[in-house]
Amino acid sequence: MSKILQVENLTKTVKGKNLVENIEFSVNAGEVFGFLGPNGSGKTTTIRMLVGLIKPTNGRVTIAGHDVFKDFKEAMKNVGCIVENPELYGFLTGWEVLKQYARMQGNISDDRLREIVEQVNLTERIHDRVKTYSLGMKQRLGIGQALIGRPRLLILDEPTNGLDPAGIKELREFVRFLVEKEKMSVFISSHLLSEIQMMCDRVAIIDRGRMVTVSTVEDLLHHHSGDVVEWIAEPIERARDIIASFESVSNITIRDKSILCKVDQTLISEIVQKLTSNGIAVSKVAEKTITLEDLFMQLTTGSKPSSSQQSSLDLKEVH
Amino acid sequence: MKELGLLTYNEVEKIYRKKRFAVVLLILMILVPLFIYGQHREQEENLKKVGTKDWRIVLQQQISDSQNRLNSSNSPEEFKKIRRLQMEQNKYYLEKDINPSVIGAPTFLRSFLTLGISMFIPLLVLVVVIDMISGERADGTIKMLLTRPVRRWKVLLSKYLAMFLSVTIIMTLVVVIAYSLSGIVFGFKGIDAPILTGFSIVNNELVTSGIHSIPQWEFLLMCIGLTWFVAIIVGTLAFMVSILVRNTPAGMGAMFASLIAGGILQGLASSWEGAKYVYSVNLDLINYLSGATPSLEGLNMSFSIITLSAWGIIALIISFVVFTREDMMG
Repeated sequence: MSKILQVENLTKTVKGKNLVENIEFSVNAGEVFGFLGPNGSGKTTTIRMLVGLIKPTNGRVTIAGHDVFKDFKEAMKNVGCIVENPELYGFLTGWEVLKQYARMQGNISDDRLREIVEQVNLTERIHDRVKTYSLGMKQRLGIGQALIGRPRLLILDEPTNGLDPAGIKELREFVRFLVEKEKMSVFISSHLLSEIQMMCDRVAIIDRGRMVTVSTVEDLLHHHSGDVVEWIAEPIERARDIIASFESVSNITIRDKSILCKVDQTLISEIVQKLTSNGIAVSKVAEKTITLEDLFMQLTTGSKPSSSQQSSLDLKEVH
Repeated sequence: MKELGLLTYNEVEKIYRKKRFAVVLLILMILVPLFIYGQHREQEENLKKVGTKDWRIVLQQQISDSQNRLNSSNSPEEFKKIRRLQMEQNKYYLEKDINPSVIGAPTFLRSFLTLGISMFIPLLVLVVVIDMISGERADGTIKMLLTRPVRRWKVLLSKYLAMFLSVTIIMTLVVVIAYSLSGIVFGFKGIDAPILTGFSIVNNELVTSGIHSIPQWEFLLMCIGLTWFVAIIVGTLAFMVSILVRNTPAGMGAMFASLIAGGILQGLASSWEGAKYVYSVNLDLINYLSGATPSLEGLNMSFSIITLSAWGIIALIISFVVFTREDMMG
């Protein structure tokens, strides 16, 4: 598989402090790659280095075989990007914004621009000023401008920020469309695991400026989260004892007013039966959504999953 | 070349769509009539003092007076030359039936540029230039601008060219508006009136040996050229400030302070030799043309032009070096 983006040993040091350190991953042609990390973990610094806004102290970024810092022009011909928010000229109309960037790329016909406007669903408002757009529309125009030159790699930094659920779904479908129909590779950063989980094939996790892991999304979720189930039952102490009496249950804890444990899902109905037959009121049984913080906990310390509140405290202690 | 042209078009479009030219136009449409009214009032006062009816007789008197002195006295050749030029001036007024103490559009434009060159016109330039880079940084649009397949120096060069064009547009607006509005009030007479020039300053003495008269339109073209040059230099400095100072109001303040410093230094530092290297004491270029005594020792036309050019070139170098190497952090 050919690599569209290759990041080697990337380090940025500012005033003796490493903002990011030895970042290393690569994005294959035709895949959606997630870049995951909590706020302030160095995601944006890394993305800025990918697109040449910041010069790395060390390391190399190669896009479609061109070094971003030695051969900026050739490398950037293959990239469309939105870094952080889609900040566009509010005093221009959407169409004028697209024309501006078309002029910077050369040989972009108005037909191509019209096609993009249709794709990002802005036909009706394209001749209005950008400052009158909603955040979702700006986001769409931002993606539109990134697509102008038919790039092989699309870089989106926190693209779902400020989108409503419908907008997020739309974005997800659009990303899939780009990958399947337009044969693009997409690089998406986020601090929300659920987002990455639904959109991406592979994911890199970064924390405090360092790589934590790179793997496929499935591996990540299955290996690290297992099947954690959350229970709410009264009285809670007795419920825990009963659940713990099953052999395949592990890692059982009480957090707030719920019980968390690792258990094979096929066992659940059996456990519920036993609980109710023992006079315990079960009000909730749910698969626990693994938060990013939980994942970090596991990846950085190897400890068991826990609720997000607790783990964010733990995180601070760990380092 | 074509790419650079398109990039420059982009930059000018942004300035235009930010309504900066409209702001300049508005300022001119409000202030120029104000200046014209002021001149008009002053002229009326003067005419009251001098009287209007007998200006032809006064001129005639002056001419024959000069004629007599030129013929008889054995005063030095230099004085004779000035007297001869003044006589020609008076003859011109008489022939064209122009009262010399009445202002026409050419005279108004000349005084407007003479007074506006060091402050008013630089301020108009700042309106357009001061946020060319810092504004994109504040809005975050710089990230989109610099992640295109265009090298950074080229993006910056297109911005510089856009500044160049904008200053030219501003100068055109200034000249057209000042000339036409004042013409409507005062008339357009006197465009080829002879104007004395060719003064030079040697060892802080006004030397009149090179003095000669040129038609007013030629003098005006020189004024416009010098003002345009000053505007470009101020524009270049503002361009650099827009790169170095991220915050646009702070940049505006810095440019403002440096311009005003020129005026203050001229008043305070007449004995401090080094003050003449500050760019803003060198802006009054038109004064050298009309022979006004410079406010600081050692100032003259060529010194000021060289000093201003040096400031401009250094600012341009700093701009490109900083901008092409800088990390675009948040």
